[in-house]
Amino acid sequence: MLGVGGLLFGASFLIAIASPHFLTAFNLENLVRRSALFGILGVGVSFVIITGGIDLSIGSLVCLVGVLTPWLLVEQGVHPVVAVGGLLTLSLLLGVLHGVLITRLRLQPFLVTLCGLLIYRGLARGITGDQTQGFEGGFHTLRKLGNGRLPLFEGVAIPAPFLFLVVVALLAALLLGRTIWGRYLFAIGRNETAVRYSGIDVDRMKILAYGICGFSSGLGGLLFVLDVGSAQPVDFGSFYELYAIAAAVLGGCSLRGGEGTILGVLLGAAVMQVLQNGITLIDAIPNNVEYAVIGAVILFGVITDESVRRVIARRRGEGKVEGR
Amino acid sequence: MTTPAVLSARGIVKRFPGVLALDGVDLTVRAGEAVAVIGENGAGKSTLMKVLAGIHAPDEGELRIDGRPLHLRGVREAIAAGIALIHQELNLADNLDVGANIFLGREPRRCGWIDRARIERESRALLLRVGLDIHPHTPTAALSIGPRQLVEIARALGQEARFLILDEPTSSLSAAETERLMELCAELRRDGTGVVYISHRLGEVSRVADRVVVLRDGRRAGELSHEEIDRDRMVRWMVGRDLDASDRVGHVPGDTVLEVVGLRLAPAGPTIDLTARSGEIVGLAGLVGAGRTELLESIFGVRARTSGTVRVLGREVPAGNPRRSVAAGLALVPEERGHQGLVLDGSVRENIALPGWRRFSRRGLAIEARARAESARVIESLDIRTSDDRRPAGTLSGGNQQKVVLGKWLPLEPRVLLLDEPTRGVDVGARLEIHRRLAALAGDGLAILFASSEMEEVLALADRLLVMHDGRIAGELLRDELSEEAVLQLATGGGQAA
Repeated sequence: MLGVGGLLFGASFLIAIASPHFLTAFNLENLVRRSALFGILGVGVSFVIITGGIDLSIGSLVCLVGVLTPWLLVEQGVHPVVAVGGLLTLSLLLGVLHGVLITRLRLQPFLVTLCGLLIYRGLARGITGDQTQGFEGGFHTLRKLGNGRLPLFEGVAIPAPFLFLVVVALLAALLLGRTIWGRYLFAIGRNETAVRYSGIDVDRMKILAYGICGFSSGLGGLLFVLDVGSAQPVDFGSFYELYAIAAAVLGGCSLRGGEGTILGVLLGAAVMQVLQNGITLIDAIPNNVEYAVIGAVILFGVITDESVRRVIARRRGEGKVEGR
Repeated sequence: MTTPAVLSARGIVKRFPGVLALDGVDLTVRAGEAVAVIGENGAGKSTLMKVLAGIHAPDEGELRIDGRPLHLRGVREAIAAGIALIHQELNLADNLDVGANIFLGREPRRCGWIDRARIERESRALLLRVGLDIHPHTPTAALSIGPRQLVEIARALGQEARFLILDEPTSSLSAAETERLMELCAELRRDGTGVVYISHRLGEVSRVADRVVVLRDGRRAGELSHEEIDRDRMVRWMVGRDLDASDRVGHVPGDTVLEVVGLRLAPAGPTIDLTARSGEIVGLAGLVGAGRTELLESIFGVRARTSGTVRVLGREVPAGNPRRSVAAGLALVPEERGHQGLVLDGSVRENIALPGWRRFSRRGLAIEARARAESARVIESLDIRTSDDRRPAGTLSGGNQQKVVLGKWLPLEPRVLLLDEPTRGVDVGARLEIHRRLAALAGDGLAILFASSEMEEVLALADRLLVMHDGRIAGELLRDELSEEAVLQLATGGGQAA
């Protein structure tokens, strides 16, 4: 987590030197907004990753909720409270469904959520006939949840999604760090069998993790579409699961499970957005190499983190009775 | 090439950061001789073997083979010198067949292609030599632990090992498999192989070894020739003090706590009925595959049972739900402590607190101070040796790990304690401590049901013994009827002796 903090600072520092636009209030506010949106997805997926699972359906769930929100409101004339409540419930239930399939039918998380990735994208496109869904200039109050800003002082404001992120992150940190269920989730990631043999309902805990992930994907999708105002079923939320997973891994979650912190994940999500922002701002880097740069930086971050961890493990190993 | 006849180690010193693992140890093995090395966990046995096998380079001292100095810079060189180590953790590739494993890394080639016919022919001969009548194409994953060990030995023989080091070879073997291994050791000796045999089981050692070397705290505590082997002396040297097994004579059990009625392990299998009373220690004996582990696991609910009822204090415990079983007062110390018993990366404290979190919390919020206090209490009461309960459980010795697996249930105050091989891979000192502790728990009114493959343990601990054979309970022996012969008779399906 120290590593990702350093990466965030270092990348910001270099980009600030390279581009005068980076440290403007407008850009920073935008950056915080984007980071918050991806942070919500990252927090969700970190629950699943901590149990040793994976969720690939996030981007498609973002898309489903993202296009259905304006579709329900504008095309179907559904009341906003019903539409929002219904879609958030739907995303929670889809997450729970993933969990049920994974635990009760013993299907592999990768497989179940890969099918989710395909199914939800297909549904979103089918329902809307591939037509871009937008709010058509209406629903200003509702959209404030995504694009609103809480002015602090002259020209500086806190974007609304950031407030959501704070709530989500605090709840998640409380759940993971202070409750017995958080302890179960970490222990499951480290040795699921031993947890089951300790009389703990592992299935229920894993279903909880996938439910949380589904819900935060839905919340993310909702805030994304309220922010940008419209969603194209073909590519809305595309690759977002990978951004979320990358944020979690950069933030110290091990894909083997049993490790991770919410603060780390938030920093990880911020790093991703800073990099993307930097590539847009710095003219010397063509925009179309974006993925390559982000991939390389993540790889670098993960390698650094792993090496640091090894050194620490070796130091700690000194007092340990080895191989006797 | 002349075959080496003597392998010797002189004044071996090996330091690990913070630990002196070996402090000037001598060991000599001649071709055609079996030497047993015994000692408590942490005495330095495995380190010494790793030095002999080229895994660790000694800091001081030297190895000699036929009087010539031997400097091993790795396992390959050790194998080239004719020394092979059969690990405690077996090293076979599950995805390959048996023949491929035997020739792994030195596959014979013809025209650049792997010569499968030759692998098949030669591995079959090697398998027969170790007394394993299976086809070389048998998938390794299909073998149980006993045959696997034999395959490893076959591999070592294929590498023309003249000195074979067996690191606790029988710790997971059934009685019959152990018997086979003993015979094999005798044969290997006759063929001129030098065998170094590490074990905790003193009974085996006295059968197999020409000499016994006892290590304690990285030093040689003593050596006995075959004629001199004497259990008490070995134990005294190993632990450095006298120990007595717990004495449980004159103990009166109370009311029935655990009742199992009509339980089936398989849909059409035989039914199992048993009871355990408060204060009673009931043993479960039988050969590997008799269904002891399955029985304990289905009572506890980590394994589904096809029919039958389990009652604790007269209340029915639902099937297949460990959470409800724990709530009803059941606890299980499982067979594989690293896999089923412990979160090895987790701290000792986390492991002790894991089953009890519901008690150490208020409205779901964990009360860390409670967990810390309970962990300290368990560590104190079981004398778990760890510098700090925040250390990963995996860094503890086997005996201390086992105590953690037992200890994590104590804060829950279970009524029935189920234990599967309660002291497997645990040194003599810790074993006696665990036995004493179990006796004390029974004295406090717990009902204890334990499965064990070790006759010594069964005889030392059980008030009453149930012997399983082929998924059913073949017979029951009371404490004064207990004898090795009676147990074996029942375990092999011979029926109850009159």
